[in-house]
Amino acid sequence: MKAVELEIDAGRDRDGNPETFGTLHLRTGDLVALVGPTGSGKSRLLADIEWLSQGDSPTGRHVRIHHADGTEPSDNPLHRVAQLSQSMQFTLDLDVGSFLQLHARAREVPDPHEAVARVVESACTLCGESFSVTTHLSALSGGQSRALMISDTAILASAPVVLVDEVENAGVDRRKAMDLLVSQEKIVLLATHDPLLALLAPWRLVFSHGGIRSVRERTESEEELLHEFELLDQRQGEVRERLRGGHSAVAGED
Amino acid sequence: MEEERKPLRLVTVAGPPTCGKTSVLRHVACHLQTDGLAVGVIKLDCLTTNDAERYRQAGLVHVAQGLSGSLCPDHFFAGNVPRLLAWGKQRQLDFLFLESAGLCNRCSPHVKGALAICVLDHLGGVQLPAKVGPMLRSADLVVATRGDLVSQAEREVFALEANHHAPKARVLSVQGRTGQGTLELARKIERMASPLPPEEPRLRFSMPSAVCSYCLGETRLGDERQIGNLKLLELPA
Repeated sequence: MKAVELEIDAGRDRDGNPETFGTLHLRTGDLVALVGPTGSGKSRLLADIEWLSQGDSPTGRHVRIHHADGTEPSDNPLHRVAQLSQSMQFTLDLDVGSFLQLHARAREVPDPHEAVARVVESACTLCGESFSVTTHLSALSGGQSRALMISDTAILASAPVVLVDEVENAGVDRRKAMDLLVSQEKIVLLATHDPLLALLAPWRLVFSHGGIRSVRERTESEEELLHEFELLDQRQGEVRERLRGGHSAVAGED
Repeated sequence: MEEERKPLRLVTVAGPPTCGKTSVLRHVACHLQTDGLAVGVIKLDCLTTNDAERYRQAGLVHVAQGLSGSLCPDHFFAGNVPRLLAWGKQRQLDFLFLESAGLCNRCSPHVKGALAICVLDHLGGVQLPAKVGPMLRSADLVVATRGDLVSQAEREVFALEANHHAPKARVLSVQGRTGQGTLELARKIERMASPLPPEEPRLRFSMPSAVCSYCLGETRLGDERQIGNLKLLELPA
């Protein structure tokens, strides 16, 4: 994957008020949270990036993508932004291995077998319940299929920008999932209402009325809060596992 | 003379039933109308339709619809093109969209000199492009809908498959329900569609050369009724 720089020049919100962030510079490995109520303009930003708008969209924003090595980025919107959301399903009637082979071949990956094994291995670490290449797609649990989708997008999708849209209740390790995407040299935009996920990102864009109202950097005290939330999340995870295994929720009771 | 003043740009839109043609086209036509262009949409369907009403509710002014009923829908379409073009010219339209019913996949309503769009539903699966035939193969633009419901991997494989069958076409992922991507599609159509040439319009792909007893209303299925153009299935021995 090539290192990529993404630049977004400020435009205007739905009421025509100018955005004040000047130019936003993002590069591969960046994780940015998008926060704000439903309908506040998160999808529009994605579309602006996907279609490289040149002042011709309702926001009037200008978007540029550069490859660090000077090569031209793909002219296909599908290869600019990959999307992951809660509502997505696998619709193919295939096992995991055949499905991933199909994707790997479409991407002309030099060693499809190795890539497929890597996707499955990292998916299993995200969801904690392992599955294999012979598991049928329809037999995957909600968490497994979300994990497979995340891991496949990280490793096999070509787009340098990934939008992750509300995957809070997906039954996957959220921090590991974000780490995986970022480690595969993606720019990750994370649209979320979940405080833990929003705080995972060092930066966040705050949306209202179709525009970006502010760009905020995570503060030190917010980082402490994140740490607190993560401990709580971990504790909940342990209790979940105990309940699932037929034990008492309280350790030591049985 | 008045009628010749504005060049009409024709766009044919085809795709299997319920793939989202009307939902996408409604947004696209509205974007173009908002840009100050005179846009007409005509829906040609088989059995029932209330799509003209859907277009009017979206704020479109130049709208018409027609049902093929007992006629082959493709012949119905082809037989009406000259009248529909005349209607568009008389109304001084900049754009005329002809939306065709999802047909049997044997035919294609695309016209030479007009922009040809094929709409396909991601939920039809990655094998869909192989099954659609000439309405995809002869398209200039492929619009893939409901991509928000399938995985990124399936979107990528689907686009590759569609491009394999329509090598010259661009494949765009657009959401009819939310309108996502429709503004960009409208801009693309504006750039790609050129004025219809003055010559007599021609189909890009010919209709079936078959005339059989069933085209003429026969319902009995006996051997002796099988007249005209007949093709027999080869069964394993």
